[in-house]
Amino acid sequence: MTNVTVKDLTLDFGAVRVLDKLNIDIQEGEFLVLLGASGCGKSTLLNCIAGLLDISDGEIHIGGRNVTWEEPSERGIGMVFQSYALYPQMSVEGNLSFGLKNARVPKPEIAKRVARAAEILQIEPLLKRKPAALSGGQRQRVAIGRALVRDVDVFLFDEPLSNLDAKLRADLRVELKLLHQKLDNTMIYVTHDQVEAMTLADRIAIMRGGVVQQIASPSEVYNHPSNKYVAGFIGSPTINFFEGSIMDSGGEFLSADMRFPLTGYEATQGALTARPAWLGIRPEAVITGTDVAQQPFTSDIIVELVEPMGSDTLIYTTLAGTAFRFRMSGKATVAAGDALTIGFDPAQGSLFDKSTENRL
Amino acid sequence: MTDATPVSGVTPRGTKPRKRLTPTNIMLYGTLFVASVYYLLPLYVMVVTSLKGMPEIRLGNVFSPPVEVTFEPWVKAWAQACTGINCDGLSRGFWNSVQILVPSVVISIAIASINGYALSLWKFKGSEVFFTILIFGAFIPYQVMIYPIVILLRESGEVLSAITGTKIRLMGSIWGLVIVHTIFGMPILTLLFRNYFASVPEELFKAARVDGAGFWQIYFQIMLPMALPIFVVAIILQVTGIWNDFLFGVIFTKPDTYPMTVQLNNIVNSVQGVKEYNVNMAATMLTGLVPLIIYFASGKLFVRGIAAGAVKG
Repeated sequence: MTNVTVKDLTLDFGAVRVLDKLNIDIQEGEFLVLLGASGCGKSTLLNCIAGLLDISDGEIHIGGRNVTWEEPSERGIGMVFQSYALYPQMSVEGNLSFGLKNARVPKPEIAKRVARAAEILQIEPLLKRKPAALSGGQRQRVAIGRALVRDVDVFLFDEPLSNLDAKLRADLRVELKLLHQKLDNTMIYVTHDQVEAMTLADRIAIMRGGVVQQIASPSEVYNHPSNKYVAGFIGSPTINFFEGSIMDSGGEFLSADMRFPLTGYEATQGALTARPAWLGIRPEAVITGTDVAQQPFTSDIIVELVEPMGSDTLIYTTLAGTAFRFRMSGKATVAAGDALTIGFDPAQGSLFDKSTENRL
Repeated sequence: MTDATPVSGVTPRGTKPRKRLTPTNIMLYGTLFVASVYYLLPLYVMVVTSLKGMPEIRLGNVFSPPVEVTFEPWVKAWAQACTGINCDGLSRGFWNSVQILVPSVVISIAIASINGYALSLWKFKGSEVFFTILIFGAFIPYQVMIYPIVILLRESGEVLSAITGTKIRLMGSIWGLVIVHTIFGMPILTLLFRNYFASVPEELFKAARVDGAGFWQIYFQIMLPMALPIFVVAIILQVTGIWNDFLFGVIFTKPDTYPMTVQLNNIVNSVQGVKEYNVNMAATMLTGLVPLIIYFASGKLFVRGIAAGAVKG
């Protein structure tokens, strides 16, 4: 069953079109992440779904109801903001119950729901405190609690972890995933952090300039990006691109006199034909050491820069005339100037048309 | 190996020693001292004179402290000094001023805070134009508006009388002056509140809307408690401004309802009889007491509020 549907959503700010005929269907219980660089319209889309922005055209349905003209509080949503947005003069308890009081929920019911939310989020000892006396992580937990007590089907998150430090962000990310597993609500989550997107999402919608570029599962987005932008946006360190062309038979990619065999490439738009194109190879796809000989493509390279990260080591080099990064084990003992033989299967990479930049 | 110890023989370690008597400090504190003397000297002369009897004043030693301290001039200024036919001193003006001040301050701040809140958070079509017009009002010279306002008050008083069936006078009454003060305080106060509310994180407002709070609920339960510093600033601005007002007081009220400033002027500038400098000084200080107390009592809050309101435009 579809839970949230966005139909032909269009939003203009004066003469600027921020969102253009956007369509998204979100299933019940799904965790959808809206991912994109800042200014891509992802937060704007979320605000439109919440009803905090008046849209120019289109429809929004939540839970089978057309809520396009309804107030935010009537839409059956709870929202969590980046800056927590807790009411500073109210205690945690006051923050949690404010919405319920406005909705004239009977007092015993309010107490019950606040107690339940506090238990789920483990903020019971904090109930009497003011937000100023809480740490960042606690504040965000209270903010999530404020959405929780509303007993709604849809949760909206607007970069909820961006204000936290790295360690806390990782902790709260896990908690959010646990919360989603426990509650099974529909969640729409806006972020610019691809790690959050990959780890949390059932599906990721990657946006650019108010248009959804690809909406698919994290592994699909990672392994089969629909265009060059998505390929470059997802993955850290970023994917390596080779500029070149597909040869006549479609069995080879030629870049700066280097031949990459493409046998076994799963083309999405019919068989490969000769044309200028980009070849994208993920840094993780590169193999070194004893298994190299079995790879369809091998090459000798000189290490130019080494970035040890602990868990793995990043190597910078030049391949086919372009800068090339790849990942090695964290235990690898490599130094700049070393010679290495690397290998990978170009057919596992991604090919994009030179002009349209769409996946081939 | 060279020794790193400086010539004086002391190893630099810990807090750097500071010299007190540097040219910068002498300049700084010297200037501050001169400035404070410049401002405090007149006050000193006033206090000293107000505590002297007339014979002592006639000796002409302005700066000398009183030989015989007397509070007679203060009592006379407060309770006996004559203006026109009324001889009950400044006390009449004081209570008039209080009656003008309290409603003016309360009404103007109440309206302006709601204005500012609406203009910064509930933007509507034309709200910017509305705001611009309102601010523009601050730049129109008072003199231009005085006569139209006199007519407006007179006529609207008559209209009100006709509607209610009782005699209502706005022109020449305290309520007329309250209305005038409220209107003239509006541009600057609205600007003050609008800028303050614009600095409130927008997400807080959004969160309240998702929580189902309406215009008034957000105002009273969320924005008002957050805006206390700016309310203090507004109160100070209005209290001092309205208390010190002379022009509107003299135009829009009658001798019976003159505010304290107008009455002070009438006492000090009376042409009959001997000039009683000690009474004049006492009367002036009595009149200036209210703003002075406000400043002293709220100095810290005032600075905090001004700083808070200045963060964002």
